[in-house]
Amino acid sequence: MIPRLLTRLLTRLLSFWLPLTWLLLVTLCAVTAGWLPIPAPDLMDYDHQNALPGTAVILTENTAVAEARNKVYWLGTDSMGRDMLSRLITGARVSLAVGVTAPLIGLVIGGLLGMIAGYFRGWTESIIVGCMDVILAFPGLVLLLAVGFCFGTNLWTLIPSLGFLSVPSFCRVSRAATLQLAGREFVLAAKMIGNSNSGILGREILPNVAIPLCVYGLIVMALMVVVEGVLSFLGLSVPPPTPSWGGMIAGGREVLSEAPHVCLIPATVLFLTVLSLNVLGDTLRGWTRSL
Amino acid sequence: MKFLRRKLLHFFLTVLIVSAITFAMIDLLPGDAANVFTGPEASVETVAAIRHEMGLDAPVIVRYFRWTFRAVNGDLGVSMITQEPVWDALVARLPVTLELLLFAQLMALSLAIPAALICAKKPGGTADRILTTMGFASLSIPNFVMAILLVFFFVLHLGWLPATSFTPLSEGPAANVRSLLLPGLSIALVEWVILFRVLRSDLVATLGEDFILVARSKGLSSTQVLFRHALRPSSLNLLTVAGLQMGHLIGGVLVVETIFALPGIGRLLVTAIYSRDIFMIQGCALWITLGYVSINLLVDVLYAVLDPRIRLERANV
Repeated sequence: MIPRLLTRLLTRLLSFWLPLTWLLLVTLCAVTAGWLPIPAPDLMDYDHQNALPGTAVILTENTAVAEARNKVYWLGTDSMGRDMLSRLITGARVSLAVGVTAPLIGLVIGGLLGMIAGYFRGWTESIIVGCMDVILAFPGLVLLLAVGFCFGTNLWTLIPSLGFLSVPSFCRVSRAATLQLAGREFVLAAKMIGNSNSGILGREILPNVAIPLCVYGLIVMALMVVVEGVLSFLGLSVPPPTPSWGGMIAGGREVLSEAPHVCLIPATVLFLTVLSLNVLGDTLRGWTRSL
Repeated sequence: MKFLRRKLLHFFLTVLIVSAITFAMIDLLPGDAANVFTGPEASVETVAAIRHEMGLDAPVIVRYFRWTFRAVNGDLGVSMITQEPVWDALVARLPVTLELLLFAQLMALSLAIPAALICAKKPGGTADRILTTMGFASLSIPNFVMAILLVFFFVLHLGWLPATSFTPLSEGPAANVRSLLLPGLSIALVEWVILFRVLRSDLVATLGEDFILVARSKGLSSTQVLFRHALRPSSLNLLTVAGLQMGHLIGGVLVVETIFALPGIGRLLVTAIYSRDIFMIQGCALWITLGYVSINLLVDVLYAVLDPRIRLERANV
């Protein structure tokens, strides 16, 4: 009895509370990055390049970096002597900005299209599904690279194109959910009373489609964070002075043999974030399926 | 063959859109190719002359058809950096990319099939749980992080393998495999999970069927049942997913080729982007996209050939 309870508690902890805590922590850090007592992410300390995590700096003389006196590099510094913790926190902003907004665009557009396709059926559905198939036929990364090349690489081109790429998968989820709902009694009843189609879609179908869509959104978020990581690793995301996780990993790769932590710490943070999103998405999907 | 006709129509439609987008990609570039070609310091007259010479002053439709006609005939322009014809560069790089793709997929399959068999033998058991969790974790490691981890561990830490030196197949298969081992592994260690999940759930479903019960009651050992009776009917979905994944792998190949400096199409594309070599980018994008679309078509057709139910079902949709 007690061991079973313990395993259940442990499972709950690992599959829900732990990933949630990590994600909240990352979000909190990213949001409050400006107010945290950390050195600026582009402040270079040439006396402490590739410093190990936990290196304490005690400045005896008055130097240019005087205001950052007696600090500790909790996660070390990178090959240019910039504080890793500060760069990670600032980099989280990029990852989260992409990871949250891009799926949101896809969720709204794809969700709407999927609902329309699943509710009206007929030629509307054929056209929407056909368009989605064409989008799916493109290898996403190549399209992203092409867009980045043509319109410049920054968040304002990256987020819309990532959002665009995520439309088909959201559309598929919402269409499948709508197809199931459209034949249910409460939808038929709403039709009988004489509600308009838009009324039924908004009041009856939307609330029921929203939950699976949002849960699926978490998994898409994980994917988006990875794609942003790949692009910034290749140097094709946000331009250099702004730190990003992928960019930090790329920078750390050059000193992988002397100072592995410069590369492995951001890699771990990226991994933990993606894992948390995946685990949370999976857990919530399991819970909401029984609803 | 209504199904095949639909699929072919869909294929040609996609190819048309792909070519239009690839064409537009270069054509809509702020300041056209003539500007890029002559450089920023050229006079207005020079740019105009070059533009006329390159046929850039013709209407869009004319330019599109001209470009398509030349592309079909194997003329994708000349690299602006190396003056190498884009088509020849692509042909030279293609074998490396194809080899890496196949190699990675083979490794992923050889990881996924045994793992799925072990799991399906006792669903919900300890081995099943461990492998499923491991799969979940490795799915969350991006390709490029996996590549770096492998380099860190096998090259820098253990010193077993060379980091970045590609040996073509012509110089002996052993050296070739050695140089592809880490790149292939960094893709396979992420992608095997998808194959593993599909095969595992199919195996578990198959093992619940009546003919398995018959095989068991004949007195066959559970290993024999797994291999001889359950694996074959369960591998249909696996094949499709493996085929579809080949398209999905292209993204991973792009990054991995760059990290390991393999002379493949992915690396060609990324270096072309760095040097803003527009015709090369156009050629690579076209080839990769066409490859992706063709693989998807092939998988669909293969699926229909293998499973007659799909042929009928999909034709009616």
